Amino acid sequence: MNETLERISKDMQERFAAEISEYAGDSTVILTPEYVLDAVQTLRDEYHFNMLVDITAVDYWPDQESRFHMVYHLYSMLNNLFIRLRVPLNGNAPHLPTVEKLYPAANWKEREVWDMFGITFDGHSDPRRIVMPYDWQGHPLRKDYPLGYEEVQFTFNAAEIDKRKPYAKE
Amino acid sequence: MTNIREVTVDELRHLVSDRAMTGETMLLNMGPQHPSTHGVLRLLLELDGEIVVNCIPDIGFLHTGVEKNMESKTYLKAEVMTDRLDYLNSIGNNLTYCLAVEKLVDLDVPVRAQVLRVILSELQRISSHLLWLGTSCLDLAAMSVFLYAMREREMILDVMEMISGQRMMTTYIRPGGVWRDVPPEFVPAVQKIVDVMPGRVAEYESMLTNNLLFTERTQGIGVVSAEDCARYGLSGPVIRGSGVAFDLRKAQPYSGYDQYDFEVPTYDTGDIYGRYMVRMEEMRQSVRIVRQALSRLPAGPVQSSNRKFVPPPRSEIGTSMEALIHHFKLWTEGFPAPKQSVFATTESPRGILGVFLEGDGGPKPYRVHYVTPSFINLQSMPLLTRGHFVADVVGVIGSIDIVLGDADR
Repeated sequence: MNETLERISKDMQERFAAEISEYAGDSTVILTPEYVLDAVQTLRDEYHFNMLVDITAVDYWPDQESRFHMVYHLYSMLNNLFIRLRVPLNGNAPHLPTVEKLYPAANWKEREVWDMFGITFDGHSDPRRIVMPYDWQGHPLRKDYPLGYEEVQFTFNAAEIDKRKPYAKE
Repeated sequence: MTNIREVTVDELRHLVSDRAMTGETMLLNMGPQHPSTHGVLRLLLELDGEIVVNCIPDIGFLHTGVEKNMESKTYLKAEVMTDRLDYLNSIGNNLTYCLAVEKLVDLDVPVRAQVLRVILSELQRISSHLLWLGTSCLDLAAMSVFLYAMREREMILDVMEMISGQRMMTTYIRPGGVWRDVPPEFVPAVQKIVDVMPGRVAEYESMLTNNLLFTERTQGIGVVSAEDCARYGLSGPVIRGSGVAFDLRKAQPYSGYDQYDFEVPTYDTGDIYGRYMVRMEEMRQSVRIVRQALSRLPAGPVQSSNRKFVPPPRSEIGTSMEALIHHFKLWTEGFPAPKQSVFATTESPRGILGVFLEGDGGPKPYRVHYVTPSFINLQSMPLLTRGHFVADVVGVIGSIDIVLGDADR
């Protein structure tokens, strides 16, 4: 870890009660949802992370405690550094504030996370689906969403399977 | 399938101006089946006469659920799906994925494989830029450039076919190296391309750079400032066309790019013309890199000898029991990767291409996410087209060089 990253990690630990982890040269800052906006703003304004490279999520179903992790990747052109933020979220339909006002690039990225994982962003300017059809049911990248195949229906479980089919009910 | 719901203007109310509600401006649908949207992109244009007031891109027509599908395949098998994302940069997609896997399991890559990776990435960059040149000039009604660009692209696709058997979906780069060594005809074929290309690039430029019909359609259109590029996350030729020399090959070198001598071309205008100038110069720089790589292409293995991750060559399977076991285990069960996550990035012909890869201790990726430049570039369409004519929207789409497979995944 170089000294700029060390300074950032120390600051993040002190101000936002963050945890720091490192693997294969990637630094991760683990934050709680209430500090996301402040931490991202600090990184942008004080540490010159001028580019939002990515926002995505990971689903740890069937865990309910921190089921989703939001993952942010920021890049600083001045320091030539990537940094990753991870935000664990509880429950099946979590929500957290949008970072769209800090980085306009977050608009579509957050729409994609909503589309694929069903995580709501408070204050988002355009909360529509983006890649799935607008009348789609369910969020495909969740781990409890089946991978497209049709479950075989027998007489004893036909009704039960029919109930959890995400679409095409006539 | 009987009740298809229609989208009403109310749902898009927050995106259009007040004048659209009174009928003063017109909402016009462009695409998804429009010849100059480079695939299946739908744009909803709000027009005041012929001037674009707002542009609302609608994507997802090419969504194939690649990220979801990769979660159910082993690390080696999932790679085949990555070619299909950005189908003009399949080598780059493979490379980024392989870099992520190598980072996750800490796998070494021999020098010869690294040099081959550089040669192929740069050839792919040239071929992608050639297709961009042909199609985007076709959109601006310059027909003949397309035919010339396709002629040269064909030479590069022939090399791809020579090494992998496939012209576009190569899957040639594998975790730990490349699939197999290149045939003896490879070096002369690449040498021929690097000998021919600089003259051909000059030929294209003689047709376009000072052509009044071309400059009138490109200069001062789709202007974006360097600050806006960073704010909107735009990278690649778009940010370089706005005067920022940002290139991940220089900033975060991978596959030994730091050992090559090349320049990052920039242009200050930030318009379509600037991006055109940057890409033309990039082709020359790519030729320069390939030339250096060819001169230093060392002999030696093209795959890591770490048999826990890299399947043994066919020749070993017949004579070695251990090789047979490794072959069987790697292609049926796959190799386990630690419960960690990594992020690998490369410079694709369109900008930052990243792979976020997370393992769960098992043989299948727990989560793969592709950070694709086309997705981010498309997002900036409203910014680039506001205040221009409808006809210029076509030029702007061409200039940000989108690939819808890359945007929708």
